[in-house]
Amino acid sequence: MADTSNSIAFVRTETLPQLDPPASEVGVIGWMKHNLFNGVWGTLLTLLSLWAIYYVLSGFLPWLLGGVWGTNSLAECREVLGGAAGGCFSVLSERWNQLLFGFTYPEEYYWRPTVAFVLLFVAIAPVMFSMLPRVMLVFTAIYPFLAFHLIWGGTILSPLLAMAGFIVGYLAYSRLVNQSFAMGFFGGIVAAVLTWYIGGFIVDAIAPENPTLGAVPSRDMGGFMLNMILGVVCVSLSIPLGIALALGRQSDMPIIKWICVVFIEFIRGVPLITLLFVANVVLAYFLPPGTNFDLILRVIIMITMFASAYIAEVIRGGLAALPRGQYEAADSLGLDYAQSMRLIILPQALKISIPGIVNVAVGLFKDTTLVSIISMFDLVGMIRGPILASTEWNGVYWELFGFAAFLFFIVCYGISQYSQWLERQLATDHR
Amino acid sequence: MTTITDPPQGSFKLSMLLNDTRYRSYTFQFIALVLLIGAIAYLISNLFANLAAAGLNISYAFLGEPAGYDINQRLIEYDSQSTHWRATLVGVLNTLLVAFLACVTATILGVIAGVLRLSNNWLISKLMSFYVEAFRNVPVLIWILMINAVFLVVLPQPRAFRGDNPEATMLFDMFAFTGRGVYFPAPIFSNSLTGSAGTDWLLVIIGLVLSFFGVRQVAKWAQAKQEATGVRPNTLWINLAIWFGPLLVLFTIMGLSFDYPELKGFNFQGGGWARGSLIALWFALSVYTGAFIAENVRAGIQAISKGQTEAAASLGLRPGRIMNLVILPQALRVIIPPLISQYLNITKNSSLAIAVGYMDITATLGGITLNQTGRAIEAVLLLMLFYLIISLTISAVMNVYNNSVKLKER
Repeated sequence: MADTSNSIAFVRTETLPQLDPPASEVGVIGWMKHNLFNGVWGTLLTLLSLWAIYYVLSGFLPWLLGGVWGTNSLAECREVLGGAAGGCFSVLSERWNQLLFGFTYPEEYYWRPTVAFVLLFVAIAPVMFSMLPRVMLVFTAIYPFLAFHLIWGGTILSPLLAMAGFIVGYLAYSRLVNQSFAMGFFGGIVAAVLTWYIGGFIVDAIAPENPTLGAVPSRDMGGFMLNMILGVVCVSLSIPLGIALALGRQSDMPIIKWICVVFIEFIRGVPLITLLFVANVVLAYFLPPGTNFDLILRVIIMITMFASAYIAEVIRGGLAALPRGQYEAADSLGLDYAQSMRLIILPQALKISIPGIVNVAVGLFKDTTLVSIISMFDLVGMIRGPILASTEWNGVYWELFGFAAFLFFIVCYGISQYSQWLERQLATDHR
Repeated sequence: MTTITDPPQGSFKLSMLLNDTRYRSYTFQFIALVLLIGAIAYLISNLFANLAAAGLNISYAFLGEPAGYDINQRLIEYDSQSTHWRATLVGVLNTLLVAFLACVTATILGVIAGVLRLSNNWLISKLMSFYVEAFRNVPVLIWILMINAVFLVVLPQPRAFRGDNPEATMLFDMFAFTGRGVYFPAPIFSNSLTGSAGTDWLLVIIGLVLSFFGVRQVAKWAQAKQEATGVRPNTLWINLAIWFGPLLVLFTIMGLSFDYPELKGFNFQGGGWARGSLIALWFALSVYTGAFIAENVRAGIQAISKGQTEAAASLGLRPGRIMNLVILPQALRVIIPPLISQYLNITKNSSLAIAVGYMDITATLGGITLNQTGRAIEAVLLLMLFYLIISLTISAVMNVYNNSVKLKER
């Protein structure tokens, strides 16, 4: 055996250094090979999509970049363009205020909704981002009354009274809640209603003739502002209502359960537009003769009912997804129904429901455009009504609808990105 | 220490209604019931007071009166002398028509987009994400109006087809895409079996349903044979014969021929005509809902763990069979419930037809009929009832399906 070692001509004593991967497998080329030109079908699809992208962009970019911004009518704009490709974006700049505020909102008051809009972000921020100081929630609590006062104007006493009602209700609740939750809850409601009832007479008596901020009637609201008002108000009102409906549907009490089931299934079974018809033409028949409260409020009631039914179903899903042990653990600790819901069940169920609630909120915000069908002048209503019907801008479809689509896209895409971020933040399970 | 204290007997106090859990739920339910009945009674008394003040009553007699308006897109016979009830029926059929068409195309679009979004091809998956995000985040009403504007503005008017050297030509001399709608060849029966075109088509549909059951029988037979012998018989030709044989026989007996649209004067005559608004609504609902369905499909496929594919591959199944026998049956369980609720959404969103002037039930019953007769309560109630019936039916179908595919656990 010893002499065989001599018959081997060469023995490598160290390992070879690793070769670089083939040039076709790494870098830009490798990436393209794997992600763009992966087989015959992959290549074909890539070429097809490249062609589609080129086709769309070659039409769209000249239109977007070659647009005209400074003219006063479509005819003038076409003259400036002189047959060249380009959009007449001057309709946006000329009708900017109408698109945002509607055509009857007093021009000298435009700063008020704008301020309310900016403050909305300040008010929403502490709700959305838990790392912000909790003191900011005080502003969030004040914001609804402030925004109402800014947008609708009138005497400042009415929003102050509304706020006072809530404060008195809360004080009564915290006084009585030691006895039982039900006592505190109903006591709070009674105290708040009493405050509003009595305060109503006082406000009527001492309201000044000419308030600092001039009053604007509801029918003057319009444009994107109306979409924002409807969206924000209805979403924030429908979440508590939805929670109540979901709990009612899960309840052991048959009568309450069936009231909730019928309500939810009825609302989910009909299109929103029929509910808006109800708000527009039917609801007046069901109110005491002589009362006449404005369309925007009727629409808010109907959209809130609509959204709350959907949110209730989302939350019911969250409640059903909780393991049975959580309910039993709460019971075994001796917590009563209100405590176990407030401290154990709802925090977990709501966390599971967040993506669904955000979906409903986005859908609802999109659905606020439907009010244009019952001839309210929201963003779409403004475009279809006063702007497209005007002699100056008859026929400018793309610029206007594109702008509306763009506005809604920004808001809805932003919200859904936020919800995905929040979901990652709240994920406490181990992966 | 095992003494169990009995609950105190016989000393019922009024406070127990609120503090004792045995009675509390009755108290709450009683309060809720009283409040509900009170609210309903209040609303109804208001209703009667208002109706009395306006000199109105609740009556559906208006459905029997002549409607007096025209509907140019219709599936059944209708003219302006027909009753409001007939107009409502036309609207119902139009709603069902556009909803059905949109469901079919939205499913096709959604499945393609959902699968392509998971593709290895970077460009196409990004393109599909763009499609999904763009359509999901913009109101469907804006899409409907935009697409309707495309049909109105971009497509040529019928007069563009005139002359020796026309600006626009018909596709295969059969289809004309105009701003007024799409003209297409309409099938007609020269030798009607039943006397009216509607019942003839019903016959065709019955034939198709019978064929469907026939094909299922064949599949059952093939399955039995495969289990007995291990060889699955080739059923392709039998299936084709069952699908198309009866149809061909029916069409030959009834003498099927096509009526082609022709340009006469300023407009097309003959053939079938789908209004531009129908096409626009159909297209808009399809692409909008397609984006949502794409998301459902993607979620469904992603919900199946990779281990399933690997396990099937290790059993020696080919990739096509892995998809058909292992992945799809499991993914469909996840996909179909949200898919059906998307169908429900299409049906409800089709009520936006009123924005583009397509005469669905919302535009006939809830639009012109309501405005002409002033019967707001009756019309809106009937409208809601129709949509409720549709959605409850679809929910019932969904429940049956969910029960049939539920994981059968021990």
